[in-house]
Amino acid sequence: MTNRSRLHIPQPSARPGDEPDFSYLNLSPAGSVERPAADARTREIEHLSVELIRVLDDDHRAQGSWNPALEPAALQVALRWLLLTRAYDERMWQIQRQGRISFYMQSTGEEAVSIGQAMALRPGDMCFPSYRNQGLYLYRGSKLVDMMCQCLSNTGDMCKGRQMPIMYHNRDANIFSISGNLATQYPHAVGWAMASAIKGEDHISASWVGDGSTAEADFHHALTFAAIYQAPVILNVVNNQWAISTFQGFAGGERRPFAARGLGLGIPGIRVDGNDLLAVYAATTWAAERARRGGGPTLIEHVTYRGGAHSTSDDPTKYRPKDEWLEFPLGDPLERLKNHLIGEGHWSEEEHESVQAEMRDKVQVAWKEAQKQGTMTEGPYLDPATMFDDVFVETPQHLEMQRQQMLDLES
Amino acid sequence: MAQMNMIDAIRSAHDVVMAKDPNVVVLGEDVGYFGGVFRCTDGLQRKYGEHRVLDAPIAEGGIIAAAIGMGVNGLRPVAEIQFADYIYPGFDQVASELARLRYRTCGDYFSPVTIRTPCGGGIRGGQTHSQSPEGIFTHVSGITTVMPSNPYDAKGLLISAIESDDPVVFFEPKRIYNGPFDGDPNKPAVPWTTHPKGEVPEDYFTVPLGIADIVKPGSELTIITYGTLVHVAQAAARLTGVDAEIIDVRTLAPLDVSTLADSVCKTGRCLIAHEATRFSGFGAELAATVQENCFYSLEAPIERVAGWDTPYPHAFEWQYFPGQKRIAAGIRKVMEAQ
Ligand SMILES: Cc1ncc(C[n+]2csc(CCOP(=O)(O)OP(=O)(O)O)c2C)c(N)n1
Ligand SMILES: [Mg+2]
Repeated sequence: MTNRSRLHIPQPSARPGDEPDFSYLNLSPAGSVERPAADARTREIEHLSVELIRVLDDDHRAQGSWNPALEPAALQVALRWLLLTRAYDERMWQIQRQGRISFYMQSTGEEAVSIGQAMALRPGDMCFPSYRNQGLYLYRGSKLVDMMCQCLSNTGDMCKGRQMPIMYHNRDANIFSISGNLATQYPHAVGWAMASAIKGEDHISASWVGDGSTAEADFHHALTFAAIYQAPVILNVVNNQWAISTFQGFAGGERRPFAARGLGLGIPGIRVDGNDLLAVYAATTWAAERARRGGGPTLIEHVTYRGGAHSTSDDPTKYRPKDEWLEFPLGDPLERLKNHLIGEGHWSEEEHESVQAEMRDKVQVAWKEAQKQGTMTEGPYLDPATMFDDVFVETPQHLEMQRQQMLDLES
Repeated sequence: MAQMNMIDAIRSAHDVVMAKDPNVVVLGEDVGYFGGVFRCTDGLQRKYGEHRVLDAPIAEGGIIAAAIGMGVNGLRPVAEIQFADYIYPGFDQVASELARLRYRTCGDYFSPVTIRTPCGGGIRGGQTHSQSPEGIFTHVSGITTVMPSNPYDAKGLLISAIESDDPVVFFEPKRIYNGPFDGDPNKPAVPWTTHPKGEVPEDYFTVPLGIADIVKPGSELTIITYGTLVHVAQAAARLTGVDAEIIDVRTLAPLDVSTLADSVCKTGRCLIAHEATRFSGFGAELAATVQENCFYSLEAPIERVAGWDTPYPHAFEWQYFPGQKRIAAGIRKVMEAQ
């Protein structure tokens, strides 16, 4: 303490040129945190918001009471989805770099959040994702081709060219539309869950925001409503350590973990190793059961790392050490699940390589297919007249006039 | 004089005012260490320190509200909202607080906040990186609303805005950050070095708020516009061969009525162009103002060319954008009317 007030400016542990330093992360040993009953009282499980739930230890063995004991076959499937997500991201990144789509955002390093959670939810549960949940779309049945067509704004685009790349939606799969405005979906998820309870259904909802986005008022609206009405919702904070150029300290991560954000409102918080698919799956299963049994909302913080640039418009070497990701103590979620399966005798390097190749092929086949439905430079093209549809249920006169003016000018 | 693009000019405006007045502080998302996603504040934190150039949490309402509080306590905050499309979480703080503080306290309290924000389309940004919400702000009494169309004005107007004791919302058309844009996306980009207004003094100077600029004198028609369309309108006028007087409004509110009225009363014809959606857009205010002041001189109905009344669609950016063709068609319509 000094004898005068001062302003604290959060400082990341390392900047470009510095050695990466993750000593600020509070890491519990795998298996050390006990899994409480799903109906445990919030007051009794406050420690879960500070500790870190981990199942896979440094030797890739599953430990402790959070081990969901998934069948090896299920874990192999999970690994396939992780590999597909990464193959998709890698290809789409290249495609943007070649100038063939206008923009892209990868989920590299945090794929286990989407896949692990998708596995733990039921098809009738509703998802309100952020822009880094592509795995969720894939797992719940969005076709690669359809997602690529969206990124191309072509004739196969589910958004009919109205949204920037990656702003998918999938009504059949119960995944909401991605908004460019951060955190807006968070309170939507709460309202959806309230409606589910009002209607007497046992569907729950889940939503995702990044660490940086927790600063938005909508994040707090969501927590307040979820707490007051005990809405059956899982609120996820994907703490990948960085917003764009600001580290998680600028959203308040220095003082208390994001998982603790709900405690003041009586919302239990779970801090989980986001790169450990088993832990992510187990935490989500716990929160889903709690919600379905009338126990209300849970806030889950997934501790992970944004392995890539923020987006194709970003250059992270300007604000963080180049190889920071390689030093991240929780590693790479794909490697960890792979090594676990290999250690258990249910996977091999050869199988891994062959599945990886298979996924890359799948992506390549889908890309060829997607291009047939139009690219930025080659047809078929969407009909621009459709831009006036869906503003209202019935297109009013002034928009019909504008549609006609546009067509006259284009012809 | 130096050659500057609009980003350099905006950065230089900050620099000059910060050097002159220790109470000027900057805050916003990614503005500090990184220097802003469009680089408008690059280098300022290094020069003026972390207590004067603050990286902010991602909370537009919080940024604007905190800026108001700083302003009440004697600072002169410049808040950056990363994209105008993200200003809405801060709108309550602008409309209910910032705009009315002086009025409701009879001048005992005020907060001289400047809110800078990139606006407009043409960068393939889809519906959440392309909007032009200036008309929402001009509708709020007490907010000075500014949109420059070139580096010289950007610097001079921004210095005036920061030094103004009234709150200012300062819109920066991002399509013309790096060079003037005549509305044809197929032409190679042109840098500001090709434009006389890319020459900007390095030192302190101001362009006064509340004064429109006659960009090109003319006799047959007045085109009232601002932002990116100042350049598009000039190209459109050339396309038609009409001798148009082109007015860059620059400060939308308070409006320089006499410059607009004098021009339209002289030419007798008026076209209004903006990128924002048409319905209840700022053009409606301009049209009403012209009608009130020039009715007996008008030889044709006032024409408005604007963005269509839909969200900004990613794939149809150029069908949506009020480009040369659309403005030219508007010019012909006004000229042909009897
Ligand atoms: C309301 C709003 N403000 C600002 C932005 C610009 N923006 C887009 S992503 C981003 C950083 C978000 O960081 P985080 O929440 O940590 O998510 P991550 O990108 O790390 O997944 C910012 C500032 C936006 N899209 N919406
Ligand atoms: Mg983040």
